[in-house]
Amino acid sequence: MKYAFYPGCVARGGAPELYDSAMAVMKKLDIELEELTKAACTGAGVLQEKNLKMGDVLNVRTFAMAENMGLTILVLCSTCQGVMSQANYRVKKDPNYLKEINEILAEENLEYKGTTDIKHLLWVIIEDIGLEKLKSTFTKELTGMNMAPFYGCYMVRPSDALGFKENPIRETSVEELIEAVGGNVTDFSGKTACCGFPILFINQANSMKMVANHTGTAKDKGADAMVTPCPLCHLNLDGYQAKARRQVRNDKADLPIIHVPQLIGLAMGMKEKELGLQKHIVSTKDIVKKVEQISI
Amino acid sequence: MIVDLKIKRFDPSDSGGKTWWQEYSVDIHKDSTVLDALIQVREYEDTSLALRCACRASICGSCGMRVNGNAKLVCKTRVVEVAPDGEQIIVEPMGNQHVVKDLVISLDTFFDQIKRIKPYVQPDESPESGEYIASNESMENLLTSMNCIMCGVCVSDCTVLEVDSNFIGPAALAKAWRFVEDPRDSKKESRLSELNNEDGGIWDCTRCMKCVEVCPKGVSPMDRIMELRESAIESGNKNTPGYHHTESFYNSVKKHGRLDETRLAVDSAGITNVTRLLDLAPVGMKAMIKGKLPPILPHKSEDHKNVKKLYNKVEGEEK
Repeated sequence: MKYAFYPGCVARGGAPELYDSAMAVMKKLDIELEELTKAACTGAGVLQEKNLKMGDVLNVRTFAMAENMGLTILVLCSTCQGVMSQANYRVKKDPNYLKEINEILAEENLEYKGTTDIKHLLWVIIEDIGLEKLKSTFTKELTGMNMAPFYGCYMVRPSDALGFKENPIRETSVEELIEAVGGNVTDFSGKTACCGFPILFINQANSMKMVANHTGTAKDKGADAMVTPCPLCHLNLDGYQAKARRQVRNDKADLPIIHVPQLIGLAMGMKEKELGLQKHIVSTKDIVKKVEQISI
Repeated sequence: MIVDLKIKRFDPSDSGGKTWWQEYSVDIHKDSTVLDALIQVREYEDTSLALRCACRASICGSCGMRVNGNAKLVCKTRVVEVAPDGEQIIVEPMGNQHVVKDLVISLDTFFDQIKRIKPYVQPDESPESGEYIASNESMENLLTSMNCIMCGVCVSDCTVLEVDSNFIGPAALAKAWRFVEDPRDSKKESRLSELNNEDGGIWDCTRCMKCVEVCPKGVSPMDRIMELRESAIESGNKNTPGYHHTESFYNSVKKHGRLDETRLAVDSAGITNVTRLLDLAPVGMKAMIKGKLPPILPHKSEDHKNVKKLYNKVEGEEK
């Protein structure tokens, strides 16, 4: 299966282990990629605060490039998924608006007809590859591992732009994956809440409360790790966990925040370094050890 | 059809208040709403159950409750929507607001937030004769926000209010937008600067979209908050980290086609704000040691020159 690859900024910036682990896992799953090297940033919803149309122009430009390649866009980030899905939803609903944007893109000889799909790696695995085929690549069953899902807002809302009605499995995609690798789901109500990253530079006190509440609650409920399809959530929940837990709960950072492909890689028997687990700020040693102790 | 309910109860008369879960089963028509099921419980199973409702047609905004974790108007929620395979339905009082008894919350929090934004038109002077006239077009635009029925569903599930009760909140900010945009109001500028500067104002929203998802009337409070941010910037409010964050992001993509993460952090903190920069430094250092820090020089999109051209075109159109 071949996709138009849109890696996003964080996988190549603040969370390089996401890029490395995703590449390793996709290779094993025979996912072929053609990178959209000319595509611009999605705007992450931030650029849209200043100029919504500018954001839509940039995203529709990317959709048109993928359309010309005849491929679905594959992303690694909840925020890329959400922002692109929203832009796609807006222009598909309003042909006049799409026409307006196409006129701007005409200078580059691009025209979007409205046929491009955008899929996070997690959705590609569940919907296109299938959990059964995924399981056939596993060498380990992660029994006894308790994992809390953490989605990232843009992966779950707004549900109509994300196609939840047509693809209801998306609503529980992280849980599906945790169960597929043989782990136990540690459910908690914060799993679809905000991680606090968007206000990290704006209202750090609130951001820290969110980090401490989510990681602390999941830990209290027995989680060994948290699994997220969103690298921005990872940056905040991993990078600021020590500070947040000290400030808000007067305890220590003890919950590793694992990227989706890292979890899959562990079940495929890949090593710590191959998945970049040593690069996390909150130590992943305990879960690496726990996985090593599982006999094949 | 048998419907199973698990209801969160609260009895304030018990010393200090007592909370517990109680389960019920009722036999009702398959097209019933969750409210129908709850009324059935109260009328025939347990007369001590407290709940509030009035119109039963999603107009009065009285019956906001959490159903399976999300706030909804229970009169607008059919049983088969939330329990398609006959699952047990979990009903709780709304969040972020004081519970009076069982499923009834106090509206004090909600209206305290609404009062903060001065929810009335403040014209400059009285018209010479008759009433204030506003054109139809100028009022039509406000309909999204005027559809609000003050049910408190968005306040219940707001992820900021969960950690900060001082946030003005989604419903009140959507209402603030309505007055900022009202052609009869003369306080647009001062409203915007207050919303911009106040603790708990427009920049504290995390853009999590919970309010957009749960609002039963399509008000989309978060979208209104984003419009307030845009208007605040346009009228010259450029003193917040939120403004610097947005501006830096916008310009980074304009220049490189991609995001310059390092620059974004520095710009948002404020290049001259040494305390805030030092505050970010420890995490930056840890990340660098682990090999995680974003590159000091930004990635450029292969096509960043074309991106810049598009920017110029869109910006040119708007001038």
